[in-house]
Amino acid sequence: MLKFTDEHEWLKIEGDVATVGITAHAAEQLGDLVFVELPEAGTSLDKGATAATVESVKAASDVYCPLDGEIVESNQAIVDDPALVNSDPQGAGWFFKLKLSDPSAANALLDEAAYKELIA
Amino acid sequence: MDDHSPLKRTPLHALHVSLGARMVPFAGYDMPVQYPTGVMKEHLHTRAAAGLFDVSHMGQIILRPKSGKIEDAALALEQLVPVDVLSLGENRQRYALFTNDQGGILDDLMIANRGDHLFLVVNASCKDEDFAHLQEHLSATCALTLLDDRALIALQGPRAECVLAELWADVATMRFMDVAEADLHDVPCVISRSGYTGEDGFEISIPAASAEDVTRRLLEHPDVLPIGLGARDSLRLEAGLCLYGNDIDTMSTPVEAALEWAIQKARRAGGAREGGFPGAVVVLHDFAQGAGRRRVGLKPDGKAPVRGGAMLYADAQGHAEAGVVTSGGFGPSVDHPVAMGYVAAAYIANGTQLFAEVRGKYLPVTVCALPFIIPTYKR
Repeated sequence: MLKFTDEHEWLKIEGDVATVGITAHAAEQLGDLVFVELPEAGTSLDKGATAATVESVKAASDVYCPLDGEIVESNQAIVDDPALVNSDPQGAGWFFKLKLSDPSAANALLDEAAYKELIA
Repeated sequence: MDDHSPLKRTPLHALHVSLGARMVPFAGYDMPVQYPTGVMKEHLHTRAAAGLFDVSHMGQIILRPKSGKIEDAALALEQLVPVDVLSLGENRQRYALFTNDQGGILDDLMIANRGDHLFLVVNASCKDEDFAHLQEHLSATCALTLLDDRALIALQGPRAECVLAELWADVATMRFMDVAEADLHDVPCVISRSGYTGEDGFEISIPAASAEDVTRRLLEHPDVLPIGLGARDSLRLEAGLCLYGNDIDTMSTPVEAALEWAIQKARRAGGAREGGFPGAVVVLHDFAQGAGRRRVGLKPDGKAPVRGGAMLYADAQGHAEAGVVTSGGFGPSVDHPVAMGYVAAAYIANGTQLFAEVRGKYLPVTVCALPFIIPTYKR
């Protein structure tokens, strides 16, 4: 199941684990990323809490946790090479995997059509 | 600035939009922050080939001596800047500062001697105040004009000379800070060999009506790409150059800002025209006694950029305050984060380890010499 937030994140949900990243639209708006800071595995985060920080040449931006859960894995590849987020934001440029406290809460997020309408 | 006033447009606005630029408000103007190329590539292209910047938002001011003698305009202007304007030769340009009575910096600017007048280029955000300041103090001796019918572009980078030489062969005879008049595609332009990127290059003042045409023709050259404000900022930061409002302002003095080089001997203690500018007592005192703090380069040890506003500490726990970062970001050419800021006199030595507070952490940074790159000015 693929879901989106109005904070320009995508969630690919398999069982109770969501793989989370930022959308192609967000990556394009941010421009060339030069630094990514990710949460450590084991961190519990509430929806809306700052989960990650990305920095472009110009500015820093926060990435928010889309739902309540616990970080189970972070993508070291984008820490080593932040440009991966720009080149493949919805694939190899994923940010972290989140074990959802309440998987049914994902139903309230946007589907792809609704997200596309949001950024149109 | 009234947040609700409509953004002004430069004569090149339509060109930026047609090139796909992302436009942002800057100093009251709707300006290109980047083109589809992106900040990183725009920055690197400028250092590898040539970048073209629209800096038409900056103020261009003419100071014409009522006596007809350029010396009178130079001496009048020296009342407002701690700079030796009198010795500036014809068709030469010099960096300068307007100071206030406390020795703070009202703006930084370029002054060119154009033979029968002085030509000033000032920051966009300060231009109305600068012009009023000049009128208040100099209108008895000079006729002042804030030009609103000229665009200003910068062509910067190692290929800039070759690009411009295709339109005007004599450009090769200019050296850093020379100024000349030349026709580019039959349009009369005023060209200075200067810029704000650390690269060799030129700033070109063009009549507004012809600005888009001349700029489009320059952009046709395969070595030239349009460059936005994003890369302009990272280029000047790597070059160790101050951004007014960030790195210098009314609360910083020229000596604190490490801009002693901009104050020539004639205006310092014992010089032929010692003092005689606003805040001279403070500035000359700083020269004699040293300032309590100083602008320095800062190299973050890690990969995280340290931005303007970050506090600096002498210890990793954030107990002993050491200063503040005024500009910081990522340096694409040096491939690591770069910053500058003010630190207390005890911490100005190169190699001093400090800690910058970023998102609740204390990241190690090292005080270092500016610039971060080696400038390629053709002196």
